[in-house]
Parts: sequence; C-alpha cells; structure tokens
Amino acid sequence: MKKGMNGRAAVFLGAMTLAIAGPLFANPARDAIIAKYASEAGVSTFSAKRGKALFMANHTGGKPTTPSCITCHTSNLRGPGSTRVGKPIDAMAVSVTPSRFTDIAKVEKWFGRNCNSVLGRLCTATEKGDVLTYLSSL
Amino acid sequence: MTRISIFKTLSAIALISGVGVASTAYADGGFVRPMSNPLAAEECSACHMAFPAGFLPAASWKKIMSTLPDHFGEDASLGADAVAEIQGYLVSHASKRTRGIDLSNPPMRITQLSWFKHEHGSRLRARAEASANIGTMSNCTACHGGAANGRFDDD
Repeated sequence: MKKGMNGRAAVFLGAMTLAIAGPLFANPARDAIIAKYASEAGVSTFSAKRGKALFMANHTGGKPTTPSCITCHTSNLRGPGSTRVGKPIDAMAVSVTPSRFTDIAKVEKWFGRNCNSVLGRLCTATEKGDVLTYLSSL
Repeated sequence: MTRISIFKTLSAIALISGVGVASTAYADGGFVRPMSNPLAAEECSACHMAFPAGFLPAASWKKIMSTLPDHFGEDASLGADAVAEIQGYLVSHASKRTRGIDLSNPPMRITQLSWFKHEHGSRLRARAEASANIGTMSNCTACHGGAANGRFDDD
C-alpha cells in the first residue's frame, strides 16, 4: 500500500515537473506518455542530456547493421532520416514533426523494435523517458 | 475503355490463351495489383515500399511473416493480431507461379526470383547499387515512379 502511494506521488510530482519545466512543444498525449514512463521508472524527471547520449552513441549487442539510433535517424534530428532501403524517415525533433510521440502504441512498437535492433535488448522506462524528453526539447 | 478495364480484358485473353497473367505482367513490366489491405500497406511501407503480395509465393510470405524479429537484419516485430491479418492477406494474394521455386526453402527476396533477374540484368544491378539515388534493388520507386500504384513500366 505504501509503495502504491509513493508511485502515485511520483506520477503527480512527475506530471507537475513536466507541466512546469516541460518542453516547449507540449502536447497532452505526449505528456501522458512521458508521465507513464516516469511512473514505470519511479522517477519524477528525465534527463535530455542522458537521452542525447544514448541516442548518439555507438552500441554493441544489437544487430551489426544498426549500431546507433543515428544510423537511420542521422545526427541532424531536425532533418529527415533514411531507412536502410532509402525510404525517408520524418524528422525526430518534435518541433519539426509535431505528431511525434503522441500515440503510445506506435511509440512502444518502435522502441521495442529499435532498442532490440540497436542495443539487443528492450529499453528501460528511464531510457525511453530520457529519449522522449531529449527529442521533445529539439 | 478505362485503363483498368483494358487490363481486365487483356488478363481474360491471357487466361483463355493459357498465358499466365502474372508472367505477362512481369515480362512486360506492367501492372501488378498494389497492396490493398490498409494494415498491411501501413506496416509494410513503414520502412520500404509495400511490395505487392503478387510478387512472392505464399510459402515466401509465411516465412517472412514468421521471422519478423530478424527481418533482413532488423527487428520488424508486430503484435500477433497484426501478423495474422497481414499474413492472411499476403497469402491469399500471393503469386501462384511456383514453377522452378524450391517451396521447401522459399525465397525471401523478390530480387532472387528468376523473372526479376531476367528483367534486371547484372550490369543494370551493378549500376543501380552504385548509384547514390538508388542504392539497393529493393528501392523500386527510384526507377519505377508508379510502383506504389502497381505500375512497373520501363520508365
């Protein structure tokens, strides 16, 4: 019971923090997704800096053709990326593609696929929240 | 006569005369029915053009749909319901031309099929793969502007 209270408190605090210090391009659906990850991770804030580091880094453990998020999304996240067969990917920066990260099923589908492709494992709720916070700040 | 009704008439003639419709379409680089299932079209076109179901036999589509977590080196996993719907569509609209194809080890790539190789010779392939604008033979639309609408004319 105590744990449940703490969880709810964390969600409330997280939502308040995001509402106050939240991204410039706020959107209720996106905020709800980030708040859900905050609740799962048991944290009140995420780090855009950690999200950037994870996004830009080269990783091992995933599939050899996709060592990094920027293999396809490129390091210019305000511009389009490209799939491995050359199809354009809409910019990841929320300021450029405002519909980004507003559909939880889509967000979960692509984290599931791409964390496995790049890291060889699922991402944690903290990692997902960090990355969304980073991309929402761009 | 509309373009579609001309196609239907030609298809009927081809059937009656014993010429496979599909082989006629492939050999002439003509019309192949584009993907008509909305879920299949949306999911398959997330990373590449939604290749027409009629480009591969049913056995190939079954193999592709059962190996999505490692889809040509990428994780393309889908939920069980989506897999069932998309596979059902692909299998029911698959190519019936299986002569010369080893169905116990079905091809995974359209580019491996003999008609494809006949249409795209080795010199053309080498040029296409070296081109920055094409890059890979899977990039149909780079040369066939109407590919997403099922038109694979020699354009």
